[in-house]
Amino acid sequence: MSPEPVLSRRFSQAGGAWYDAYAADGGYEAAKKALTTMTPAEVIDEVTRANLRGLGGAGFPTGKKWSFIPKNPSKPVYLVVNADEGEPGTFKDRCLLERDPHAIIEGMLIAAYAVGSHKAYIYIRGEYVEPYRRFCRAVEEARAHGWVGKGVQGVWDWEITVHRGAGAYICGEETALLTSLEGGKGFPRLKPPFPAISGLFACPTVVNNVETLASVPPILQRGAAWFAGLGTPKQGGTRLFSICGHVERPGVYEAPVSVTLRSLIERAGGVRGGRPLKAVVPGGISAKLLTASEADVAMDFDSLMAAGTMAGSGGVIVMDDTTCMVKALWTAAKFFAHESCGQCSPCREGTGWIFKVLTRVLHGQGRPQDLDILLSAAGGMEGKTICVFADAAAWPVQSYIRKFRAEFEHHIATGSCDLVRAHADAHH
Amino acid sequence: MSADVRALEPQAKEILARYDQKKAAMLPLLHLVQERFGLISPEAERWVGEQTGVAVSHVHEVVTFYTMYRTKAIGRCHIQVCTNLPCVLRGAESALAYLKERLGIDVGETTPDGQFTLSSVECLCACEIAPMAQVNDRYVGPLDRSAIDRVLEEGGHVA
Repeated sequence: MSPEPVLSRRFSQAGGAWYDAYAADGGYEAAKKALTTMTPAEVIDEVTRANLRGLGGAGFPTGKKWSFIPKNPSKPVYLVVNADEGEPGTFKDRCLLERDPHAIIEGMLIAAYAVGSHKAYIYIRGEYVEPYRRFCRAVEEARAHGWVGKGVQGVWDWEITVHRGAGAYICGEETALLTSLEGGKGFPRLKPPFPAISGLFACPTVVNNVETLASVPPILQRGAAWFAGLGTPKQGGTRLFSICGHVERPGVYEAPVSVTLRSLIERAGGVRGGRPLKAVVPGGISAKLLTASEADVAMDFDSLMAAGTMAGSGGVIVMDDTTCMVKALWTAAKFFAHESCGQCSPCREGTGWIFKVLTRVLHGQGRPQDLDILLSAAGGMEGKTICVFADAAAWPVQSYIRKFRAEFEHHIATGSCDLVRAHADAHH
Repeated sequence: MSADVRALEPQAKEILARYDQKKAAMLPLLHLVQERFGLISPEAERWVGEQTGVAVSHVHEVVTFYTMYRTKAIGRCHIQVCTNLPCVLRGAESALAYLKERLGIDVGETTPDGQFTLSSVECLCACEIAPMAQVNDRYVGPLDRSAIDRVLEEGGHVA
């Protein structure tokens, strides 16, 4: 399916994480090419033509994002790397940080050169202690070999500060990440102004995801046309899909972005024990749920959007026929109620009420009107807050209830999930 | 807190030098304090406020916003079990129940000897080893009974 891995090629190589192996594999050649033979505008143009899109979840075209940075800014320009991976069901950035940190550093160097930044911050989620240590070691290796610091290739001065988060999902949202990096609570900010104009310390800032930046060196090395050709007309390249839940072999799988959801599940060994697929979340817990019959969709941003859901972070959560959808949604709602930052009332109150109502449904005390209450609460959150967290909390409520309404109604009527149990037993 | 937080000043100076603004060193300074003392005391909050040039109320607000910062002591071995969807689908609840039974404590509690603290947390982004937990700095999974027995055996020796 992916005969030629782009992002995971060094994952299983002994010593693949460290400088010697990276350099022996053509590492830092792309940065050398960019810094010594290309102008920043040419680098941005190459990345734009490659159709690279933000792989943190939003899918914004990377070249376009870089082009928004003012050309002759009066303030310093910052590059901020979002390594605050937190979307439930996603673990690919952790793999990159641990197993191929130099690909990230090289991508950062190229990005810094392209946008005119001499200072990069990488914000790694606090719980990632081992990935943090490994990344720090790689930065010191890169510094020792002249890729970080003053006069890189005689052309570029830049510095990296490796920063640790402290446990808050919201800090993966780019403006919350900036507020947090500045030393505050992770409260998102209103946009505009966008970070490109007023980001970190109110200076022009590019915020890019880890995997997005790791995609940059291959683009410069092998060309925009090659990278674009791996994907769809609107999204180039491959992606690291995190596949988990009820599959035989959970893990990170690289595939072209046009791969179908069903074939990804098959690549992970299929549904465990050969059981029937019931539902699947295609892009992290915030993405709307798909039923088994909808699993032939392609995994690029546009195809999943057309299917009414989103590619998000590429975290695929697979559920087999033994899954109680009430329990699954309750678990998601628990997460959103816990992680709402509390800044906007619709989100703070909405996530709390949704969790409360779902808790009584789960425990057999649901009322017939509860499904409408849940949908009304979800509707009251969408598009009414500073950031998209509230929308992300509303989408699972809407999609689980819409697609499995009978199961929710049965749960309320009988106070249990014997429906799903009976169905699963009949299959066995 | 027996040792003086001001003993951390040389390290704080190094951390502050990495940031373009002092206030940005807030999170790393709080990590530094917690790694050294196991928790963040009111005295340490005042010190971080001095270092970063912000009011102590702001420091406290930050300490209480993030889940990793603690104002109370915990056991020497902290077991944080993920109870998010991917882990629940693969048996997180039985893993947690077995841990409670073996330790004789509930979630949020510490064993009377001060050795273990049990917590439940949201997704740690290691769903490929679900059901999993963070045991002090380390990710451990999948947590079947024998894996849990090993965690408890090793955790019993953490000094």
